[in-house]
Amino acid sequence: MTEKKIDWNSRISQTVRDLPPSGIRKFFDVAAKMEDVISLGVGEPDFVTPWPIRESCVYGLERGYTSYTANRGMLELRQEIAKQYMDRYQIGYNPETEILVTVGVSEALDLAMRSILMPGDEVLIPEPCYVSYQACTALAGGVPVSVPAKIENEFRITPEELEEHVTSKTRALLIGYPNNPTGAIMTRKDLEAIADFAVKHDLIVLSDEIYGDLTYGGEEHVCFSALPGMKDRTILMNGFSKAYAMTGWRIGYVLANPVITAAMTKIHQYTMLCAPITAQIAAVEALRHCAKYRDKMVAEYDRRRRLIYDGFTKIGLECFEPKGAFYIFPSIVSTGYTSNDFAEKLLETEHVALIPGSAFGACGEGHVRCSYATSADKISEALNRIEDFVIHHKK
Amino acid sequence: MKDLKELLELLEHDARRPVSELASMLGCSEYEVESQMKKLEKDKVILSYNTLVNWEKIGDDTVTAVIEINLTPEREVGFDAIAERIYRYDEVKTVYLMSGSFDLLVIIEGRSLKEVANFVATRLATIEGVTATSSHFMLKPYKKDGVIVNDEEKDRRLVITP
Repeated sequence: MTEKKIDWNSRISQTVRDLPPSGIRKFFDVAAKMEDVISLGVGEPDFVTPWPIRESCVYGLERGYTSYTANRGMLELRQEIAKQYMDRYQIGYNPETEILVTVGVSEALDLAMRSILMPGDEVLIPEPCYVSYQACTALAGGVPVSVPAKIENEFRITPEELEEHVTSKTRALLIGYPNNPTGAIMTRKDLEAIADFAVKHDLIVLSDEIYGDLTYGGEEHVCFSALPGMKDRTILMNGFSKAYAMTGWRIGYVLANPVITAAMTKIHQYTMLCAPITAQIAAVEALRHCAKYRDKMVAEYDRRRRLIYDGFTKIGLECFEPKGAFYIFPSIVSTGYTSNDFAEKLLETEHVALIPGSAFGACGEGHVRCSYATSADKISEALNRIEDFVIHHKK
Repeated sequence: MKDLKELLELLEHDARRPVSELASMLGCSEYEVESQMKKLEKDKVILSYNTLVNWEKIGDDTVTAVIEINLTPEREVGFDAIAERIYRYDEVKTVYLMSGSFDLLVIIEGRSLKEVANFVATRLATIEGVTATSSHFMLKPYKKDGVIVNDEEKDRRLVITP
């Protein structure tokens, strides 16, 4: 019998084929080969996970904690999460019925979309935003509807902007503040207006609050579900990656109404079974004993934030002062480059890696995302190189 | 300046940070940082700006010993006068008054084991008021002043991630 090969290209589902390729990939390929590259392109903390968290995981392994856990996650961890939200935001979630431990916010978002969307349902997604929002929506059969936020408004979204994109098929709104890539936050007043909008159109609100612990300059994060009347309407997603420098552990959670939590748990039990027990044990330690490590990291990000903001201001690249996450989103319009060309040329000539704003949505064009989750020394050196670039390569 | 403690923490971690960088990080002017540092130096809040050296790396074989010393305190001055007689020696790097089974903890550096032992026997043990000494020679430093000596943790992140 002759060997007949499958034409794999024709066998990939249309949904997957239609997903746009990542706007980051080619920069990664070039930057990864450079010796002396300074990267401001990393979307994760430069700190290693605090030692007590790592140690607790090792201790658990030594004592043989290697089994599955409950689908929803260890009760102990769910209780700690509930306690955290009660202490911090005075909002009560029942650990038995309203909390699901997931493999990072990424899984949480995927589960939420698959649980609520029917084919053709529309989800409003303010942009610029994290790269997976549209893809997760599309993979669940939904239609992502981009709503551009404006630089004049420091990339906060308004009900008026959302209103323009509402149709009879709009089912949900997905927000992520503090925001990756802009560093924008929403004040209580901003969010209350969004809450009124959600009620008016009877929308589910998915709130990705992974950067909620990282706010600066006296700005307290406002938890969306803690707004009056919003708890029942909100699918709140959070995790340990950013606040506790635990990206590689892949651990997060969802807080929501018991019905939707049960639906998400149903998918989770068939597709994931449970989050890794090692990461769950570590997460318990993080919540119980590691607030001071978290606060120390946040204080360090804050100092770097001021350093990089001052730096861009001095270079003359216009940007607003970011108040959350660990990104700054300067405008490079004055250089005459598109954000993609700017990032490419900068990497090529000065060996500084950053990400074109267009990778986070069309309205990110004209900006670049710089992460300040890197040492102050490197930030200073990167700023020097960017300044050289801007002076010598202006179009 | 709002946060003196923050300035001190930054300097304690890295005394060579440029003033311009400190000013940005603390959200104040360079002049403020400079005048504040001068004042802290004058008030002896900042005692000195040192370099933490891993001498072993350049083949230096200095011997370090931790000496526990028991004292008979003196009327009026307690342990202070004897402590001063000890800390005035250049060989003595660190002196702390301790609670517990001994009184002073003294760290001494010398070129050889013999030199350090000799110093303890002829200089420290003979001071009036010193009733006993117990010497421990240091074999290997793992962590000094909050810095891990041979830290193998490095940045393992991918260069670009979303």
